[in-house]
Amino acid sequence: MSDAETRIVVVGASLAGLRGAESLRRSGFTGHLTIVGAEPHRPYDRPPLSKGVLTGEVGADATALPNLVDLDADWRFGTPATRLDRARRTVTVETGEALPYDRLLIATGASARTWPDAAQGRFAGVHTLRGRDDADALRRDLAAGPKHVLVIGGGFIGCDVAASCRTLDLPVTLVETGPTLLAGVLGAHLGAVVEALHAHRGVTIRSGTKVVALEDDGTGRVVRARLADGTAIPADVVVVALGAVRNTGWLSGSGLSFDAGGLDCDADGDALDEDGRPDPRIVAAGDVARFPHPLYPGKPIALEHWGHAVAQGVRAGRRLAGLPEAPYAEVPAFWSSQGGITIKSVGLTAGADGLVIARGDPKEGRFLAVYGREGRCIAAVAFDCARWLPAYAERIAARAPFPPEPGGVDAGPMRVLPPAFPEPADEDAA
Amino acid sequence: MSDDTLFAQVKDEAARPDPYPLFAALRECPVSRQEDGTYVAATHAAIESLLHDPRVSSETLPPADRPKTGNPFKDWLVKPLRDHITDTHRPFIFRDPPDHDTLRAAVMRQFTQRRVQAMRARSHVLVDEILDRLGDARTIDIVDDLAYPLPVTVICELLGIPPEDEARFHAWATQLATALEPDTLQDGAARAENSRTFDAISEYMQGLIAQKRKHPKDDMLSGLATEEPGGAPRMGDFDLIATAILMLVAGHETTVNLITNGMLALLRHPEELRRLRDDPERAPRVVEELLRFDPPVQFRTRKALCPITLAGVTIPEGAPLVLLLAAGNRDPEVYAEPERFDPDRIDNRHLGFGGSLHYCVGAPLARFEVEAALTALARRLRNPRLIADPPPYRPGSALRGPKHLRLAIDGIDP
Repeated sequence: MSDAETRIVVVGASLAGLRGAESLRRSGFTGHLTIVGAEPHRPYDRPPLSKGVLTGEVGADATALPNLVDLDADWRFGTPATRLDRARRTVTVETGEALPYDRLLIATGASARTWPDAAQGRFAGVHTLRGRDDADALRRDLAAGPKHVLVIGGGFIGCDVAASCRTLDLPVTLVETGPTLLAGVLGAHLGAVVEALHAHRGVTIRSGTKVVALEDDGTGRVVRARLADGTAIPADVVVVALGAVRNTGWLSGSGLSFDAGGLDCDADGDALDEDGRPDPRIVAAGDVARFPHPLYPGKPIALEHWGHAVAQGVRAGRRLAGLPEAPYAEVPAFWSSQGGITIKSVGLTAGADGLVIARGDPKEGRFLAVYGREGRCIAAVAFDCARWLPAYAERIAARAPFPPEPGGVDAGPMRVLPPAFPEPADEDAA
Repeated sequence: MSDDTLFAQVKDEAARPDPYPLFAALRECPVSRQEDGTYVAATHAAIESLLHDPRVSSETLPPADRPKTGNPFKDWLVKPLRDHITDTHRPFIFRDPPDHDTLRAAVMRQFTQRRVQAMRARSHVLVDEILDRLGDARTIDIVDDLAYPLPVTVICELLGIPPEDEARFHAWATQLATALEPDTLQDGAARAENSRTFDAISEYMQGLIAQKRKHPKDDMLSGLATEEPGGAPRMGDFDLIATAILMLVAGHETTVNLITNGMLALLRHPEELRRLRDDPERAPRVVEELLRFDPPVQFRTRKALCPITLAGVTIPEGAPLVLLLAAGNRDPEVYAEPERFDPDRIDNRHLGFGGSLHYCVGAPLARFEVEAALTALARRLRNPRLIADPPPYRPGSALRGPKHLRLAIDGIDP
């Protein structure tokens, strides 16, 4: 079969799906390209959804991602994929139509984890935040001037929402089960630094406790939350920010190996079947792909980072186009803005057994911390000090010794500290 | 293969019109030791790596070894102002974090969107005024007639220097720019001349700052002298003088070279000059490509604070480093057809403004000044021809650019 007759289907009109499709075309693919999206929107950018979109600074409709290449694709919006038949090589979408494929890119991403009690989760005023429409709905509720906002979960999304509420001058309480905000990602040592930033901006923080129930006013509108210690806090808007689950449910019956933590792939990104054999026709990329990372041996990982969605999407496109590709080995990286401080990170902190302040000083709010495990550098996190990160990314890629050598510009105290991760580690830390 | 005199050849004036073949030879070793113990980084990857390496310092001047009383006021009375600035209040281009960050942040707060946008509009007016004044000239020197007057006026207006003092600033800036040349430090006469200039400009600035404190206006110097309501502490006098001098010099010489290098490149690529005239919207692409193809800042110097191993070479502690930005800009590992002037190239991650913490503060100013100058030249000069190719160059190898760029023209359109 010639390339021009080849049919490639991209499931997921997401950042990874879009960059994957562009990469296919850039790699010279001239065949038929179909892109299937569950939402009614063109691919859009998520980082603004928990920040500028909530404060009204950016419209939800202004988050569309630019197309970098003329895709010449058949777009199917608002039609979630419902079934994958690998024997017939078709993807069935919600309308019942079966789309044939010769090769397939799975980039279906993840969804917000919902409140465990479904009835409480449906109360008016209770939100999750993952997509454009979620952000728009939450923005409307916040613009109406609620008396008290409650955010459940002190990960990045929870912190962003609380910060946006303060920008809008709304009273907000953030409840986190761990010892500090962001303790799952950064450990309690640096989590405490982030927590102080948010407290300083007026967020009421309740760490080390848990919301056990949401209560309504009798008409289905949320009015308060009950905590594990028996106390209650009033809340007319609640944001459930408990991490994400991967969108893999539609793969039931496909024979591929998956669960709510991701679709299993090999080092090349090819999807694995239930017997662990790669399906050479199917590649996965972005949040949904769980793969072995050469820098982090042990359990395969699924990353939720923006840059990862781009890099793995681009790589997947090249692979589907038939170009030879080395196994994916990008050093993971993310950024976030917390309480006016820009946090950037390279590597993965999970499993770190030591931490040093290598540059700057946390007291001045500008520093760089390096995380180590078993004598090797595994991650670096910069607070308003990102310029040195590429140097540390090189060291992490080279599995350089930990602690790193002292000296240089703006050298920190370099004392090895415990990162203080909560037990058990937050499974959706990243 | 390695020729440890290559960088000496770069600094030699004979190389000024076209140093790029030497850069290509230097790129063969990403990091090479020169005969004088300097280490030169010449590939894009090696330069990027060192720009982001915390073992690399910009504190190129040794700390002061003179005894101090500990009382700044007394020190100030007993010593020339310039010593105080060069010892402990160096401009932030020569300083490391954390001091660098504090000073730079104070300046960045003055680069407000409103101020920058107003000056963008103003630069088009200034360019047209300058060209109008040339009347029906049949020759034009891009350097003296346009590239020098424009940036000095822009930076003086931004800082809030009275227009009647602009001419003095022009002379001071030209002299002080030589301080960025590595060989100036070895040349006694040049150092003495720089010192005199430094004294003159420092004293002038001190007076002006006192005036701004008393009667603040809506300009950057007033903002720096009087900030900051509920914000950071006010910058001290010495840091403020040093910062103002830095902005004057850095906002000046570099832009002159970029305008001149730009017009030279356009005249050597007439089809690009025509395309810019027909479509002024191309100006941003042209300027970005110029910053890659022929950048005004060809290299910057640094120092290794610790031993650094890079590309198989171990740079010893204390070694002087040269980051050869203009060589990295033509690295075939990063750019397709790097020797071609091509404003349409995509993903042009040039090193024309440096990178990392010392990335050019004035980059937005440089961009719009040069866009304004080149679009006006392309539109208004009738049939421009180079009188000499290559043109004569000024001596500097770090800040490199033509001394004159004379063109024959058939007139200047309105």
